[in-house]
Amino acid sequence: MLAYTLKRLAYIAVILMVMSMLIFWATQVMPGDVAQMILGQFATEDQIGAVRARLHLDDPIHAQYLRWASGLLRGDLGVSMMMDRPIGPLIGEAILRSAVLAGISIVFVAVIGIWLGVYSAVRRGSKTDRAISIASYFFISVPEFFWAIVVILMFAGTLGWFPATGYAALSEGFWTWLRHIILPVATLVSGLVAHVSRLTRSSMIETMQSQYVTAARAKGLPENVVIRRHALRNALVPTITVLAIDVGLLMGGIVVVETVFSYPGLGRMLIFAIEQKDIPVVQAGILSVTAVYALANLAADLLYAFFNPRIRYGNALAR
Amino acid sequence: MATRWPASFVVGASVFGAVVVAALLGPHIAPFPYDGIDIMARFLPPDATHWLGTDEFGRDVFSRLLYGGRLSLLMGIGATSVSLVVGVPLGLAAGYYGGKVDETIMRTIDLVISVPPILMGILILSMTPPNPWKTAIAVGIIYVPIMVRLTRGVTLELASEEFVLAARARGERAWYILGAEILPNAWPPIIVESALRVTFAIMLGAALSFLGLGVHPPASDWGLMIAESRPFIDSAPWVALAPGFVLCVTVIAVNLMGDGLREMLDPRLKRGRG
Repeated sequence: MLAYTLKRLAYIAVILMVMSMLIFWATQVMPGDVAQMILGQFATEDQIGAVRARLHLDDPIHAQYLRWASGLLRGDLGVSMMMDRPIGPLIGEAILRSAVLAGISIVFVAVIGIWLGVYSAVRRGSKTDRAISIASYFFISVPEFFWAIVVILMFAGTLGWFPATGYAALSEGFWTWLRHIILPVATLVSGLVAHVSRLTRSSMIETMQSQYVTAARAKGLPENVVIRRHALRNALVPTITVLAIDVGLLMGGIVVVETVFSYPGLGRMLIFAIEQKDIPVVQAGILSVTAVYALANLAADLLYAFFNPRIRYGNALAR
Repeated sequence: MATRWPASFVVGASVFGAVVVAALLGPHIAPFPYDGIDIMARFLPPDATHWLGTDEFGRDVFSRLLYGGRLSLLMGIGATSVSLVVGVPLGLAAGYYGGKVDETIMRTIDLVISVPPILMGILILSMTPPNPWKTAIAVGIIYVPIMVRLTRGVTLELASEEFVLAARARGERAWYILGAEILPNAWPPIIVESALRVTFAIMLGAALSFLGLGVHPPASDWGLMIAESRPFIDSAPWVALAPGFVLCVTVIAVNLMGDGLREMLDPRLKRGRG
């Protein structure tokens, strides 16, 4: 297990290195002159030259990459061109806020999704099951950005229960914080819950037909014990894989949701940086998201191994 | 022998077909030009002239919807085609040749997968100015790994089948075996996956446009239409609701189509249903 984890971590390091080159190269060919962007259109040639020299923009690309990469290794992510502040703390704060949003959402997704899936599997074919199936079909098909707008229109506009956009720190009071975070979380959760519940349902139905469930029933165990102790544990294995895939979807959703709700997380920062051509922030942002994503996937795989000891760690890389 | 088409396929395909036809005929049946600005007619609610009302520049929402549909569908279908054209040959090669070829292809794929999809799109699209074709290609690249993995898996299964072994024994060339023996039998799961990809691609394309990384104004796909209408959502909700509704209906239709196809092509699923 330890060897497997270390191997995966080494692989993540390789991926991050390759990605850093890719990101650096990609952001170098972004259109527009950075010095010009910073100074505005009325800058003189001298001013532009000075800024280019300060940012080392005239060095060859590999020299620029090496300077950037060695900075990264020392924990120096560079300085935001637009905000003129070191990127490290900027991104740190943003990631923390995004993580709060993602963490709350994924807990809701797992709990509600699995519960709905088990519920409709157990009452398979009933009216409730049908209703849940149709509802999840609908929720899977609504893109987050549209759902976000509908939710804002309903709960912020018509009903006026929650603020439409913005963010409040927990220090401003729990209720204020909660009121600001409810709509973004609801938006993120809706589609993914449908995803998870559909999968849990089909995997649960399959498990309920297996021999050991029949055996457990034949032993005379009460139905809820059969469901909880025998069926659910096995049915959850594929669900965990899907939860891992959902982490990727969740990250995509977070970029959109943060933008719509003006939630100051990493996603919004990244989109803002791209609009402003704040290249160091774009580079550091994409790299941090890739790192978080890789670690989340590793965590999911380890969880998967924990629930399903049959998988062989050595082969997991060659899947 | 008449094939019985599943109801979900019929419903989904008819609705999706209608959307495609409307989008194709768009320029001919649109009552107004998509960029026809009329400042006096801003934010008109839906009526007999402007079926779905007008937006902040007085442009007809219905006409923009028809034009936007072309771009949204282009992104969905274009992206899926890109992922098919790139992914299927790579998957065939990886599955058939194995060894070094397989290793190289799968390691590269792992790299693409290690970036969350939307970020991959952002990374590709942030390099150059927005353009719907580029969005389609970017989204297509994102979905290449899924196609490669799927095709590779099917190829691996088929490569040990007797008819493939027979062809090998006859001394057929690799490209003949792949093209004439394996590919025709590998299609069913690839087709089902493609239908699914179209919906994801339409949604991801719209999301990227929504973030300002897809279509360039004044042209507009459904995602950008929703983005542009955001500031006026309280006073003129129809401008956002119309494209959003059509987007959802299209996605549901393609999903139904995919489910129907799966039911038809994968007999194993037939009894599991219910």
